[in-house]
Amino acid sequence: MAGLEDLYREIILDHYRSPRNRGELAAPPAVRVEGFNPLCGDEVALFVNVDDGKVVDIKWSGQGCSISQSSTSMLTVAAKGKTMAEARALIRRFKGLMSIHEQALSGDADGEQDEAGGVAEGRDEPEVQLGDLEALQGVVKFPVRIKCATLSWNTLIEALDETGQEDNPDTRLA
Amino acid sequence: MTTVEGSARSLDVARRQGDFPVLSRTVHGHRLVYLDSAATSQKPRTVLDAMTRFYETSNANIHRGTYQMAVESTEAYEAARRAVARFIGAPSPKGLVFTKNVTEAINLVASSWGGANLRAGDAVVLTEIEHHANLVPWMMLRDRLGIELRFVPMAEDYTLDLTHLESLLDGARLMAFTAMSNVLGTLTPVRRIVDAAHAAGALVLVDGAQLVPHVPTDVRALDLDFFGFTGHKMCGPTGIGALWARPELLEAMPPFLGGGEMIRDVRLDGFTTAEVPTKFEAGTMPFAEAVGLHAAVEYLSAVGMDAVREHEVSLTAYALRALRERHGDDVTVYGPSEPAMRGGALSFTYKDIHPHDVSQVLDQKGVCVRAGHHCAKPLMRRLGVGATTRASLYLYNDESDVDALVDSLSDVDDLFSR
Repeated sequence: MAGLEDLYREIILDHYRSPRNRGELAAPPAVRVEGFNPLCGDEVALFVNVDDGKVVDIKWSGQGCSISQSSTSMLTVAAKGKTMAEARALIRRFKGLMSIHEQALSGDADGEQDEAGGVAEGRDEPEVQLGDLEALQGVVKFPVRIKCATLSWNTLIEALDETGQEDNPDTRLA
Repeated sequence: MTTVEGSARSLDVARRQGDFPVLSRTVHGHRLVYLDSAATSQKPRTVLDAMTRFYETSNANIHRGTYQMAVESTEAYEAARRAVARFIGAPSPKGLVFTKNVTEAINLVASSWGGANLRAGDAVVLTEIEHHANLVPWMMLRDRLGIELRFVPMAEDYTLDLTHLESLLDGARLMAFTAMSNVLGTLTPVRRIVDAAHAAGALVLVDGAQLVPHVPTDVRALDLDFFGFTGHKMCGPTGIGALWARPELLEAMPPFLGGGEMIRDVRLDGFTTAEVPTKFEAGTMPFAEAVGLHAAVEYLSAVGMDAVREHEVSLTAYALRALRERHGDDVTVYGPSEPAMRGGALSFTYKDIHPHDVSQVLDQKGVCVRAGHHCAKPLMRRLGVGATTRASLYLYNDESDVDALVDSLSDVDDLFSR
């Protein structure tokens, strides 16, 4: 049986107690996208500044449970400095981590995201490390909390789309 | 403390707990401490047995066959209607329409009565503290017909602010409000509001989802027009609730759902409807669930609703006191502080820790509470919180359940305090 220590790993509590990159960026030039979890009322606003195909800065505001807050904090740390392609690869890796047991446990898999995770293997995918984010894998043992962990990641997908800076290998190398 | 002991004599909680099979299970190695009865109540063995016995001996569709079992099932269903009507003080079973739940009961009134009687610009008065079930059907009607919705505000002490009730009711056609808030526990002054509405020429609809399970209810004494309640919150099964209405109102209303059973005759160029209440019971009804609800009202009647109410007032007082003594200002309770003014639904926040995290930690000790917005998002905005934790009490809870809640909040503190 899953215990609380599987869910509330120390690194998660650390990000919850000391959130990184909390704040706002002027939009524009940053894009500002909001995400909501209608079930529990969690909300997050991401401010993403993409310049020359690269996430040069990212900040966030909002309220929610420790899982959604720490996941968002870790997201900003991991995504900052990444190219668009790397950021999208990171999202796919993380969503893959969250969907491993999602279908089996809840039958409520997010089809769109699973597809993104599923095709990642066959693609020429940039190498990305999850690092601290691995700590969130215990969340899949608590199916109702998966949406808390993925809220800001779905929001980041929207934010990247909204920048209008589609991945371009040339700019990525620059 | 003495008040709690006093009520324990009139309502033997230990015996009551033995009546509910699920309460003997464990969760994560701890005894189950079920504090979510405002969401759904547990079921006594008599209810479970009544439904099993019905399926094993008398299961046949109602109002259709002429064979013995069909006669028995029809009689069981109509006996349930009589018992449930009696339980809420209805003068006859004629005004008692079985529905899926309160949500369906309110949608029935909004769609049928509202659709036939309301015109663009007509006003319906609601309150800020309503459950979505008593908001969204009227918003749908606003979109459909262009009616005006007015809202009685909440006062700072979590009661309704009735200062401007008369002007809000001026020219209104209907006032629809809850008798007990599922979030705040607030008991509203039903009779006072009903009298004001009637004086203004408006009808009243009361959402009794949280009232009927916990407080002796008499629709005649309250002078109600429409009244909805649900079985699964009052020891009965899911899938059955009721709309009670004055029969003459039901008779003048067009049908809600069309289909089998609700008709007198159908020809290819039209149909005529059955008498009330059957006019509003289209399709095969949940008759086994009606049998279960019958057993539930018999169970509650045997315990005595006065004793249930007395027990819950005492236990609510104990809970409010225990939370304050152990956790002081770390706990903020959203609801009236006077137990006699409220039911046993206790919404609170603990420090600045999110209710999801609170409830997750409590679960590890077998303590089941609800976390979230409780289907009352406008009220949550009014309270200025995104979510609360809610512990709700019923006749099978006792001081040890409250103690388990209060103790395990300290575990939350240990884990999350910054």
